[in-house]
Amino acid sequence: MSFDVITNNIPYLWEGLKTTLKLAAISIGLSFVLGTLLGMAKLSKRALIRIPATLYVEIVRGTPLIMVIFWVFFLIPILVGHSIQPFTSAVAAFTIFTSAYIAEIVRAGINSIPVGQTEAALASGLTYWQAMRYIILPQAITRMIPPLVGQFISLFKDTSLAYIIGVLELTRRATIINNREFKSFEIFTFTALIYFVLCYAMSRFAKYLEKRRRVGETKNEKIPEPEIMAGDIGAQTTP
Amino acid sequence: MDYEFNWLVLWEYRDLLLEGLVLTIKLSAISIVLSTIVGTIFGIMRLSKSLIIRLIASSYVEFFLNTPLIIQLFFWYFALPMALPGWLQSWLWAHNYEFIASVIGLTIYTSTFIAEAVRAGIQSIDKGQREAALASGLTGFQTLWYVILPQAIRIVIPPVVNQFLNLTKNSSLAMTIAVPELTYQAQAIESLTFRGFEAFTAATLIYICLTLTISLVMGKVERWAAKGQRPMAA
Repeated sequence: MSFDVITNNIPYLWEGLKTTLKLAAISIGLSFVLGTLLGMAKLSKRALIRIPATLYVEIVRGTPLIMVIFWVFFLIPILVGHSIQPFTSAVAAFTIFTSAYIAEIVRAGINSIPVGQTEAALASGLTYWQAMRYIILPQAITRMIPPLVGQFISLFKDTSLAYIIGVLELTRRATIINNREFKSFEIFTFTALIYFVLCYAMSRFAKYLEKRRRVGETKNEKIPEPEIMAGDIGAQTTP
Repeated sequence: MDYEFNWLVLWEYRDLLLEGLVLTIKLSAISIVLSTIVGTIFGIMRLSKSLIIRLIASSYVEFFLNTPLIIQLFFWYFALPMALPGWLQSWLWAHNYEFIASVIGLTIYTSTFIAEAVRAGIQSIDKGQREAALASGLTGFQTLWYVILPQAIRIVIPPVVNQFLNLTKNSSLAMTIAVPELTYQAQAIESLTFRGFEAFTAATLIYICLTLTISLVMGKVERWAAKGQRPMAA
């Protein structure tokens, strides 16, 4: 056992960690936007909006992430006519995948707000979008934050799959070092520890948020719990 | 769009897809059974009275839950053999170690999620039940086996089924350590024919059928387990 292989490669791995974080942050931002729209679409009264959104969510959640990554990797060049950067391709794949899970979180969040609120908002003359923007979403979002952090942790772990299409993130760089130096034990233990420390810290944070939310709510009023909890970190609920 | 679809390649390489599917099912089935056993044990251990057992169980769960599966697979596949004596190494390499390593990886990774579900399920059983069972003279193990687990299992089944589905989807990662399962074969077809789009569409459809089948079967199991269940007092 020698740790030289790690100390020598710290700057190289650090670059990889930065790419991993960038990948996770951009993808979660985009999936939040897409996922919110999908979640609202799933609750729509119009079948023309509801059914495609539901199909999208169900199909993506029944598909392994690796498949989505390959799909995007092979599909986008066909659509745009030229190849694109692996990083862009990975961001697109993670966004497509994660937005389906976020859609469920958003749907559960909106559903947890009593219907009376929407009815009251609409009755008082607000449009649907105004009711969502000013009444429903601000309340729903505090419920959604803990499971969203959980989803972010999942995504952070999942970015390691970008390795497959050659994005130079943490896992890819770890395997490159491994191929060069044959120190699998040291390399993979160290890489696992990096992921662990970051994910564990985030999961503690999610549990803290969840606890604070519950305390805050019991003070005011008792509202039914949302369907998805921060405790189910990575427990991606598939149909 | 000047790409011409050629779906016939799928028929030409149907044997590869079929072999891949069989291996995916085999890999998932074995790992599902093992991870349920391991996960249940660790879930129960997390509620032990002994601090040491609790600590061991929670370090296991937290560590393997918060590390990417792919890194774990690489660890079991590349690093573990290095720590073993030479004769064992050569035995493993001669006996399809890719497959063994992917079973180890999938089992351990999924068992952490199952442990969490089992722990939550047991904790949701009213404390009075345990106290009553112990007071009526059952031992700790009997209480767990005859009173707590039969009730907890109904609560635990839905989240655990989700984990079975995740495991089946996650088995696609075994391709990274060269297990020729479905995703691996799809990629093989891609590199043989440059028909990536068609190959991955086929594989995706197969995965969706597979997860739908598991949901249907497990839905039946869930209803069967819920049979005769009396409404629980809150």
